[in-house]
Amino acid sequence: MPTDSPTPTGSLLRLEDATVRFGGRAALDSVGLDVAEHEIVCVLGPSGSGKSTLLRAVAGLQPLDAGRVLLDGRDQAGVPAHKRGVGLMFQDHQLFPQRDVGGNVAFGLRMHGTPRAEQTHRVQELLELVGLPGASGRAVAALSGGEQQRVALARALAPSPRLLMLDEPLGQLDRSLRERLVVELRELFGRLGTTVLAVTHDQGEAFALADRVVVMRDGRIAQSGTPLEVWQRPADAFVARFLGFENVVEAGVTDGVAVTPWGKVPVPPDAPEGTRPLLVRPAGVRLVPAGEGLRCTVTARTFRGTHVAVRLLPEDAPPLEAACALRDAPEVGDVTGVEFDAAEIAVLG
Amino acid sequence: MAVPAAFFAVFFAYPVAAIVARGLKTDGGWQLGRIADVLTQSDIRQVLWFTTWQALVSTALTLVIALPGAYALARFDFPGKQALRAVITVPFVLPTVVVGTAFMALVGRGGLLDALWGVRLDTTVWAILLAHVFFNYAVVVRTVGGLWAQLDPRQEEAARMLGASRFTAWRTVTLPALAPAVAAAALMVFLFTFTSFGVVQILGGPTFSTLEVEIYRQTADLFDLSTAAVLTLIQFVAVGAILALHAWTVRRRETALRLVDASVTARRPRGAGQWALLAGVVATVVVLLLLPLAVLVQRSFGGAGLAYYRALTEADGGVFLVAPIEAIGNSLNYAVAATVIAVVIGGLAAVALTRRDAGRLVRGFDALLMLPLGVSAVTVGFGFLIALDEPPLDLRASWILVPLAQALVGVPFVVRTMLPVLRAVDVRLREAASVLGASPWRAWREVDLPLVRRALLIAAGFAFAVSLGEFGATVFIARPDNPTLPVAVARLLGRPGDLNYGQAMALSTILMIVCAVALLVLERLRTDRTGEF
Repeated sequence: MPTDSPTPTGSLLRLEDATVRFGGRAALDSVGLDVAEHEIVCVLGPSGSGKSTLLRAVAGLQPLDAGRVLLDGRDQAGVPAHKRGVGLMFQDHQLFPQRDVGGNVAFGLRMHGTPRAEQTHRVQELLELVGLPGASGRAVAALSGGEQQRVALARALAPSPRLLMLDEPLGQLDRSLRERLVVELRELFGRLGTTVLAVTHDQGEAFALADRVVVMRDGRIAQSGTPLEVWQRPADAFVARFLGFENVVEAGVTDGVAVTPWGKVPVPPDAPEGTRPLLVRPAGVRLVPAGEGLRCTVTARTFRGTHVAVRLLPEDAPPLEAACALRDAPEVGDVTGVEFDAAEIAVLG
Repeated sequence: MAVPAAFFAVFFAYPVAAIVARGLKTDGGWQLGRIADVLTQSDIRQVLWFTTWQALVSTALTLVIALPGAYALARFDFPGKQALRAVITVPFVLPTVVVGTAFMALVGRGGLLDALWGVRLDTTVWAILLAHVFFNYAVVVRTVGGLWAQLDPRQEEAARMLGASRFTAWRTVTLPALAPAVAAAALMVFLFTFTSFGVVQILGGPTFSTLEVEIYRQTADLFDLSTAAVLTLIQFVAVGAILALHAWTVRRRETALRLVDASVTARRPRGAGQWALLAGVVATVVVLLLLPLAVLVQRSFGGAGLAYYRALTEADGGVFLVAPIEAIGNSLNYAVAATVIAVVIGGLAAVALTRRDAGRLVRGFDALLMLPLGVSAVTVGFGFLIALDEPPLDLRASWILVPLAQALVGVPFVVRTMLPVLRAVDVRLREAASVLGASPWRAWREVDLPLVRRALLIAAGFAFAVSLGEFGATVFIARPDNPTLPVAVARLLGRPGDLNYGQAMALSTILMIVCAVALLVLERLRTDRTGEF
């Protein structure tokens, strides 16, 4: 399932078979994507999956080898970057070092010939919006990483681009700041009605920010859907593993039962049949007293704050990861039994 | 790209080709047999041999003396560091004529050493070698030290943590990173000393002669154009080879090194050994670089106070048609014009070379731009006279001829200074400007220009200083009533008598001060270490 069903009207951005090759390798391989107005779409994927190339192709910084980019239904072939009216926030911000904060934010307004008085007003407004009121005269070199990120955002927002693109927007920030900013950004974009295309390798960031998540792999789109859909039903083994799930095996599914290396496992009634990858979420691995179910040895336990991740090694089968409450967690070296919960099992593409 | 290429074709390739053709082409066609003839002459072979070995020894000597200086300035932090760095660079921009004169005053007849201990070196090769070290000390310190200061010390620390001793870490991590820079500096020094003219002309006497001096002698004194043409070709080939090698080492140097801000790598010297090294470097600079200049200044006063300076204001109708002092005005005017030409041509070339889609051809142009540094200035000067004297390019009577020749030598400095800075401008800054709505030209003006403005000023300063000191070409084309400072100094030195000698010293002092002031202004501008010089 490579893409959404195409929606010919109402999509602000549309990619059709977009292909970019570096040497022999395709960084973008016939990508089709639609972003509707006011939608926040997050492209998620490991490094090297073509995410940044996707943004650069839309911005006009990277020419396509095949396919089309359409904005508002108009083909952008031959339209140079500075005339596309899209905004791009770079991964490492790329603030202009020789200008102060105000000069950076005002840059796009100047390029568009906004009168000076209006520029000043708008810069003030934007700096307040990103939580840096009064910072206009500061040197960019003196800003912290989080402040630079806010200035870069204000600069990208200033010319009111019809599409705002963010490349790893929060990548360089520490965790607590990142978590706070994701919430702030989502609220801000909602308030402004901005259409956003962001790329990130961090699933937490993508799920928190996006209306829709697009997972990329090797220049192709592996899955597209709401954060909940993607989380609950990864399209294939790659997506499942990328989301951090380890209990993925090949299984033969017939009649509500799957035959796996871990034995017979119950699956949800609507699961497709045949030989398919099967995902058991850690919460679906239930520990039972030794002697019942699948016999496993505990090889590791990792404290995860809300739960304990327990690594189990069955005889003659791939290891399993289970999640259990702290007080129930067995010690390393213990022998335990394992049973499976059909509600936490998904049969994949 | 087209403008610099045309400039070089008309004002460099054409005159040089013209003079070579004049020497080697007769009615019967090309006289290529002359090449073999000249090469078998024993005195010419003598010159070739001397040119090569003095350049090799000068280069080795410069490296040995300057590398500790490069280290000290890169890794030590001490009071007066800025001043020391500026002092080191002064000799490099000094006109060769001044350098020759200064060493004459130090080690020549009646010089300081002669007066103190009766030691004279002006008849030995040592005077030439020392003057070459004096001249090129800055090349090594700047090229090697500049990189050394930016090498991340944590790379060495990482090696230490993996079990390497202090010396092994230096040998396996720092030295390989430094080697291409050392090679590039050595090649540059070799190039400058191989083509040395003013220094050898003044200090070499009748005994020692480099190719360049011999070309001058054959052209100006003996009017043997065919021998001069052959020698020009030989020098051309040698210089071409050196430049090719240099371009190759520079390219290797550009391979990914982890560079950090120079200001974070320097620290106070620790322990007696490091303080001793620093003291040694300072002592070397004082004795080798400052002493000759101090002697020069002292000689200019002689026993007579300002008499020599006063004499400069009088035309004697003999050596000069005008008062020597007017040479200052001439020099400044010419140098300003030459600087404008060099900055425009060199700037355009550097921008063209930075373009990402620059192909092989354009990158080859990079090395070509360096050629004027090595090709006989004498040939260029004389070539101007015989090539640019008929319509449509009848410039012989025009004042612009001198600045054009001087700009040729200035352009390589402009390109070398601008290129690293232009290349260092992050492409994505330009992209950031373009997604914010800036057209390519606007993005260049808004993003690149502010970042390179400082380098542009520094490049202009170097071009100015080099133009001011240019001697080899100017000596041919400056008209007798419009001499430049170096030409006037050389003429005064060529005359007997204390008064002429004293005036030469006085004029050299003035020239030195003009160059030093220009350089010190530049040092204030240079907060970052830009370029190679």
